[in-house]
Amino acid sequence: MRLIRVMCSGRVDLAHVFRAFSKGVDGVFIGACHLNECNYITHGNYHALTMVNLAKKLLEHIGLKPERLTIEFMSGSEANLFVEGVNGFVKKVKALGPIGQAEGLDEKELQFKLEAVTRLIPYIRLVERERLRLPAMPEEEYSKFFASDELKRLFDETIADKLAVSQIVSLLREGPLPTAEMAKRLGLTPSEVSRHLSVSSRQGLVRYDETRKCFALA
Amino acid sequence: MEGEVGDFHVTLTRKPRYVLENKCTGCTTCVEYCPAKYPDQYNQDISKNKAVHIYFAQAIPLITYIDESCLYLKENKCRICEAVCKNNAIDLKQTAEKREIQVGAILLSAGLEPFDPKVKKEYHYEEFANVVTSMDYERLLSSTGPYQGEILRASDQKHPRKIAWIQCIGSRRVTPGENSYCSAVCCTYAQKQAIVTKDHDAAAECVIFHNDVRSYGKDFERYFERTEKLPGVRFIRSYASIVREDTETKNVTVRYSTNEDGVKEEEFDMVVLSVGLNPPVDMKSIADKFGIELNPHQFCRVDAVNPMATSRPGIFVSGGFQGPLDIPESVFSASGAGSQIGELLDYRRGNLAKERIYPPERDVSQEEPRIGVFVCHCGANIGRIVNVPETVEYCKTLPNVVYAQEQLFSCATNSAKGITDVTKEKGLNRVIVAACSPRTLEPLFRDTLREAGINQYYFEMANIREHNSWVHSKEKDEATQKAKDIIRMSVARAGRLEPLREFDLPVNKAALVIGGGIAGMNCALSIANQEHEVHLVEKNAELGGMARKIHSTLDGLDVQEYLRDLIAKVYRHPLIHVYHGATITGATGYVGNFETSVKYENGYAKIKHGAAVLAIGADLHRPVEYLYGEDERVLTHLELEERIAQGDERVINAKSLVMIQCVGCRNEERNYCSRLCCSESVKNALKLKEINPQMDIYVLFRDMRTYGFNEDYYREASNKDIKFIRYEPQDKPHVAPGQSEDGRSVLKVTAADYILGKKLELDADIIALAAAVVPATATKEMAGLFKVTLNPDGFFKEAHVKLRPVEFATEGVYVCGLAHYPKFIQETINQAYGAAGRTLTLLSHDIVVASGSVCTVNEDKCVSCGACITVCNYGAIEFVETPRGRKARVNPVLCKGDGVCNTVCATSAIVLKHFTDEELLSAIDAAFPKEEVVQRMDVAVGDV
Repeated sequence: MRLIRVMCSGRVDLAHVFRAFSKGVDGVFIGACHLNECNYITHGNYHALTMVNLAKKLLEHIGLKPERLTIEFMSGSEANLFVEGVNGFVKKVKALGPIGQAEGLDEKELQFKLEAVTRLIPYIRLVERERLRLPAMPEEEYSKFFASDELKRLFDETIADKLAVSQIVSLLREGPLPTAEMAKRLGLTPSEVSRHLSVSSRQGLVRYDETRKCFALA
Repeated sequence: MEGEVGDFHVTLTRKPRYVLENKCTGCTTCVEYCPAKYPDQYNQDISKNKAVHIYFAQAIPLITYIDESCLYLKENKCRICEAVCKNNAIDLKQTAEKREIQVGAILLSAGLEPFDPKVKKEYHYEEFANVVTSMDYERLLSSTGPYQGEILRASDQKHPRKIAWIQCIGSRRVTPGENSYCSAVCCTYAQKQAIVTKDHDAAAECVIFHNDVRSYGKDFERYFERTEKLPGVRFIRSYASIVREDTETKNVTVRYSTNEDGVKEEEFDMVVLSVGLNPPVDMKSIADKFGIELNPHQFCRVDAVNPMATSRPGIFVSGGFQGPLDIPESVFSASGAGSQIGELLDYRRGNLAKERIYPPERDVSQEEPRIGVFVCHCGANIGRIVNVPETVEYCKTLPNVVYAQEQLFSCATNSAKGITDVTKEKGLNRVIVAACSPRTLEPLFRDTLREAGINQYYFEMANIREHNSWVHSKEKDEATQKAKDIIRMSVARAGRLEPLREFDLPVNKAALVIGGGIAGMNCALSIANQEHEVHLVEKNAELGGMARKIHSTLDGLDVQEYLRDLIAKVYRHPLIHVYHGATITGATGYVGNFETSVKYENGYAKIKHGAAVLAIGADLHRPVEYLYGEDERVLTHLELEERIAQGDERVINAKSLVMIQCVGCRNEERNYCSRLCCSESVKNALKLKEINPQMDIYVLFRDMRTYGFNEDYYREASNKDIKFIRYEPQDKPHVAPGQSEDGRSVLKVTAADYILGKKLELDADIIALAAAVVPATATKEMAGLFKVTLNPDGFFKEAHVKLRPVEFATEGVYVCGLAHYPKFIQETINQAYGAAGRTLTLLSHDIVVASGSVCTVNEDKCVSCGACITVCNYGAIEFVETPRGRKARVNPVLCKGDGVCNTVCATSAIVLKHFTDEELLSAIDAAFPKEEVVQRMDVAVGDV
């Protein structure tokens, strides 16, 4: 385990977490103060908790094990909690195995997916602010919300769709591809891909290459 | 001690430490090698420590000392510590030193002594192995305790599964050797211990035997409820005695009685004696030496209207020596006594301070990074695990590192000087010290850069001790590798660091005090007595606040006379400006520079001030039950006090009077205890008995919370035949008009009597309701204006309950009096002076320094979405109109540097300096360079 110091858990960003994973880190551990025990009035740990829940959703969505990320709440005097938390986490991550490999993704695929998420982070921040910002409440309530159907719908409507388009654009950057090939590479159904393509072509992101009979970047 | 106020001569004897404070770095190598083991006093003699040791983990200074169990001091042999100390810090030749000092004032903070249960055989302390005091238990619970946080029984080193607490050991008892007063803190600490015990072992059974649960402090009622609701925790209202110890199991049997079951016996694995608080052991010699008087309980005798003043001018008292009190009150009185001493010695303020002068800063921002790395051995702490020379060589291969060296102790004075010299000599523009946690030593090392003319934010600390050598002591090779990794991360980060300015803000020397009650007036006077202008704002036409309704205290103070005197002092003070009939219409600004708009009886004022004290007091709840407002014979306790003072015939000639406690609080709506009412009722009852000894007085209570010395008055009241009858919240008393047997028109009060186990019917001529103290209506509005927060009950929320009880998290704003929480006049005065003391800490400076690590907005990127403004709880970010449109701008004075705003900014326009994305990501990238790390990591971590 290597430590990165921040002055508040609320400073830890999706970008930091996904950068770590893209550098081959197998697990990310965030240590935060106990909820409602902020020494100031920041209560940044609630922001961290939202970020972690959201990041777990994203990991799951791109086929990575969400258990690779954890947040543990403790105070400076609770060395025992830190030790238990770290040992438990390291054990868990070791059991999961190396990132990507354990999930059946080759290095290229892994980087491709992590990059797609990273590119989308500014947009995710907007979504988080508009739709996912939660009031201060117990940790379990957060977990409940992030496991709810409502969240799933929100996530699919907003982030998942954008993530798919982002990945399609990345794929097409390498050269034009037929829909079926894209579906295969992205793990989506051809009809889902078509839907994204039709929206994207309306937005002027992609175009149908009549001569090659496949889609290309606009 | 000789002399008088303003000119005391004190002779101090300083015991030898046998360790040179200027040389010891606290590395504890000597402790490890010391062969002399003895019972560790800090851990209540439960475990062992060495003759040379650090007293406890937070000791100041954090260095060792040698005590009398040392083999050399006893028998002239050993001297191992001298040999192993690489910094030559041991000096076994030291002798006691006498020193004379000259001071203008003296503060006695002699503290308290836990009650020693050995004085009573019946407690079987030190006789039964598994009977411990609450102090012993406190240490057992602690991770720095005798068993590193494991709760173990002395008899068999096993975990106790069933534990009893017996409350009031040494307190509330008139038997010889014990104290008649209530020790004020034991109910809550026992609850804490039960909660922590349950944290250790969720299945543990905890039983607390008590005689009233006195959860009278701020947020304590909720804490009590939380404890009570834990599965396996029982509160039993009963005296309890320890009857026997099982010869085999060493379990302890406790005898007690309940109304339902009568006398019972129950066996426990462990019994905790909740010992009370005694005055300091040497109080008599303290009193003699300083020529001060003690009270009948052997604590310091204090002035009735100034609990920080002793009987001798110039000598003050704070904390437990005032009497049993909790941490927040102790802190109030400490700051408060400080302020009073400030009043005495203000004319000499700053005379002993020396200003540091640093060389001018060299602008290196255009230079390539030239990084120097200093790797510390920390004696043996790092050096014997991490291969330091190898690490230094590795550092030299890292990009931008132009210099690296090892140091035995980087923090030693000569080493720190060495860092400054090398920085100058080698033209370094970034410095990394690879040593310990930045928490303690970062300021010192930043200073070495300033001394070398380099911006202090170019300093970076790599923690290879706490994060490495201390946790990987058995994996030396891997620890060396990890040290290299940690330093490599720091090097990557250091290359990105930017020079930052800490800037100085002028401090307006005036204070604004809002609220002209006892709290506000005392606070204003103390500030003004230290030569600062004070603007005192009072909403009513007259000063005095809630105290106008109070006539006497339990100790017999004439409150109205005191108030007249206090008001006169305020009006006479040339530096205090009073605004009557005032409301606050606006408040802007920040620490040192506020501007508040006030509308008052003579017009409008805009007040510029450097600090603000919110002393807006509280209101009294208007009862909605027990026929209050419907029948004129039902009064509140304060109305009763008023009528007694007026000599109202109907009240003083009443045949029978019933008081009902906890009206409007300790319920769902107001889940707190109003703290004052039990003593208020006892006071009124005693007063009435004095005037009319024939009167039948009944007090219907839930728990009598006459904590501290007030317990004596509760006892006096019982002795005078005032009847105290307990009721339960689910079975409240009932009041209805009716007729007595002798045909009087009375109010019939029916209540359950739990001791007699039947319904009681009382005839009352007068009923007095102990109505709750509630937050003043203006509290919420004030909170909004001054950007401070409220607790769940609507009282102001201090920055930290125990550590900063008179300050808000918002800098430059302070709180005192009932606006913080209900409290007695003496406690209010303690806190009012406390707030003055903290205010002076700010106002006595000409400038405040704002950190360089704050947020800033790149206006080119800002799209004025306002996301950062929404998440900033300090109101530090505002929109400003610029030629390129509306942009967010950070007020660096208000920014606390948490960086939450960075994570919500869609365009990454807002940046927390010193923790920028670039800086953090460069460290992340350097942490695990893929090719070499992945395999090695699995080997290094091993199986955990």
